[in-house]
Amino acid sequence: MSENAKLPPLPTGTVTGRAVTWAKKNLFDGWFNTLLTIGSIAFLAWLIPPIIEWAIINATLEPSIEACSEVTGACWGFVNANLRLILFGTYPYDEQWRPLLAMIILIGIICASLGGVKYPSVRKWIIPMWVIGVPVIAFLMWGGFLGLTYVQNSYWGGLPLTLILSSIGIVFAFPFGLLLALGRQSNMPALKTLSVVYIEVIRGVPLITVLFMASVMFPLFLPDGVTIDKLLRAQIGIIMFTAAYLAEVFRGGLQAVPRGQFEAGESLALPYWKSMRLIILPQALRLVIPPTVNSFISMFKDTTLVVIIGLFDFLGTVKLALRSDPAWTKYYVEGYAFAAAIFFLICFSMAKYSAYLEKELRKGERR
Amino acid sequence: MKIQTILAAGAMTVAAVAAQNAHAGAVLDGIKAKGFVQCGVNTGLPGFSAANAEGKWEGIDVDVCRAIAAAVLGDANSVQYTPLTAAQRFTALQSGEIDILSRNTTATTTRDAKLGLTFAGINYYDGQGFLVPKKLGVSSATELDGATVCVEPGTTTELNLADYFRAKGMSFEPVVIENINEATAAFFSGRCDVYTTDASGLASIRTTMAENPDDYAILPEIISKEPLGPVVAQGDEQWSDVARWSFLAMVEAEEFGVTSENVDKMKAESKNPGIQRLLGTSPGMGEALGLDEAWAYNIIKQVGNYGESYEKNVTAKLGLERGLNALWTDGGLQYAWPIR
Repeated sequence: MSENAKLPPLPTGTVTGRAVTWAKKNLFDGWFNTLLTIGSIAFLAWLIPPIIEWAIINATLEPSIEACSEVTGACWGFVNANLRLILFGTYPYDEQWRPLLAMIILIGIICASLGGVKYPSVRKWIIPMWVIGVPVIAFLMWGGFLGLTYVQNSYWGGLPLTLILSSIGIVFAFPFGLLLALGRQSNMPALKTLSVVYIEVIRGVPLITVLFMASVMFPLFLPDGVTIDKLLRAQIGIIMFTAAYLAEVFRGGLQAVPRGQFEAGESLALPYWKSMRLIILPQALRLVIPPTVNSFISMFKDTTLVVIIGLFDFLGTVKLALRSDPAWTKYYVEGYAFAAAIFFLICFSMAKYSAYLEKELRKGERR
Repeated sequence: MKIQTILAAGAMTVAAVAAQNAHAGAVLDGIKAKGFVQCGVNTGLPGFSAANAEGKWEGIDVDVCRAIAAAVLGDANSVQYTPLTAAQRFTALQSGEIDILSRNTTATTTRDAKLGLTFAGINYYDGQGFLVPKKLGVSSATELDGATVCVEPGTTTELNLADYFRAKGMSFEPVVIENINEATAAFFSGRCDVYTTDASGLASIRTTMAENPDDYAILPEIISKEPLGPVVAQGDEQWSDVARWSFLAMVEAEEFGVTSENVDKMKAESKNPGIQRLLGTSPGMGEALGLDEAWAYNIIKQVGNYGESYEKNVTAKLGLERGLNALWTDGGLQYAWPIR
């Protein structure tokens, strides 16, 4: 086969000509691909117009039940009328600027941490940002002093709760998972056994069971009158669960680092932690970015399970809004579509960020 | 089933411990000290307890908690709500996370005797029924032999359904769907002939989810008894008394025709000794319960009587008539014990 055969045909002629060439090569290359192309177009033509008709053309944004009962399309008025309930749940209405502000601070810290990893001048501020930011967020949400009224966390809900559960979950599960992975690789038998047992037990049960145990069984074993906060129990359950999965992801990364790299550390007489920090982990973690982000995405979506223990995450507040007035109940498709869109937006951003991070970190390998 | 057994066992252990530790009045003292009543409610059941567009809890179950707060603390808004799922509710009560559970809970022997609970009254008499499309041509549940029935899993509803058909020697095909929205959608799209749940639920589904409510009928047979009411943990008699009489005061007020509108006038002018005792004009009742003499006045003024609460929540939201929940004088079951 000559070199030329592999090259794409040179772009010649008019734009139309080039388009035809492109279409021939990519869409109508052989009978099977032609059939697939036609089939896909037919499928989309069948699928898309009714959706657009429902979601846009025949839809209404007006926040009233009357307006909704007059249209044949989507009733976005449901989301419009209940937006604050969906976003903030049962948080006291007049105080909802607090979760809003907390959410903005949290998103700000997350973005700064993610975008700033590249720049050493920002990087040194990441940990201080979290150390200061988390108490500020906690203060805004709970209040109780400095003139803010106390709000029990059984009133927290909506997007702030989802973001808090998942970001705090990630921030704590990451180091915990890393320690477990190192523990599993360790030469110390006790530490190794402990890590293996922990990982296998937690991985062996569904998250819903962990949450259920944390919320229903655990309080029964505490002495009378002692209660541990429901939200805290759920948060710890999520951290423990995610850490076990992350540990296995990290172990994969550690195993993929060539033996020679460990020996290089030893031959430089670096102590264990230094050799890990400077030689092994940077390589291991980079290798496992895709599965790590995969774990984060699945954990982010798993936070919706807290609804079974009576906490209203973002999906829970959509359900809450559906039941706020029986007349809204039949617009559940709109409610769930809105929730799906927000979840997709966040998960897609995570996926995009992971792709970006991989590219950034691979610069060293480029020649 | 297994989980339930374990839970029940765990709950009983704790209940036993709780019963030893609690002394009379502990809960009441605790509430007065912290300044609010911690109330467990449903995570969302329109008419009973649901968050409104401002995120505030509303409903007939919520009003029971508001009434207790008004009686104990003089302010119906001094309530903190803990939304609970069916599985969590008793644990929350037994572990002391909540002071009272007002979450459409059916009073049964096991719950009352074995789980260490005390039912403080029945604020809603419900029962399981059947919803059918009129075009099915069925006028009685006895004609449902061989029907496909949409039902939510894991509830007493499912068990009652099986019991009823077995007792009648009829067969049925259950279509079990976890989510209420999907279950009702399945019914209204014709995937099953019959939808079954509590009668209050059927009525609300018919008015809110059906394209044309007149095309559907609720069959006359009610196949189960579901007396729903507020629950407290066993072992603190004073607290269960407060809960019970706070609810009964709402019913008593309706019997006397005392409403949130006319309560001030009644208090000032009424010569009826019953009303005078209720509103504290002739004292003694508050003292007996360990409360302020204005306890019932506060309930009626701030929350309203039982009829007002029912009207505002159940009739307005679900379009349900009083039915079994009418006063005994109107042929219903709501009957207040005398407050004297």
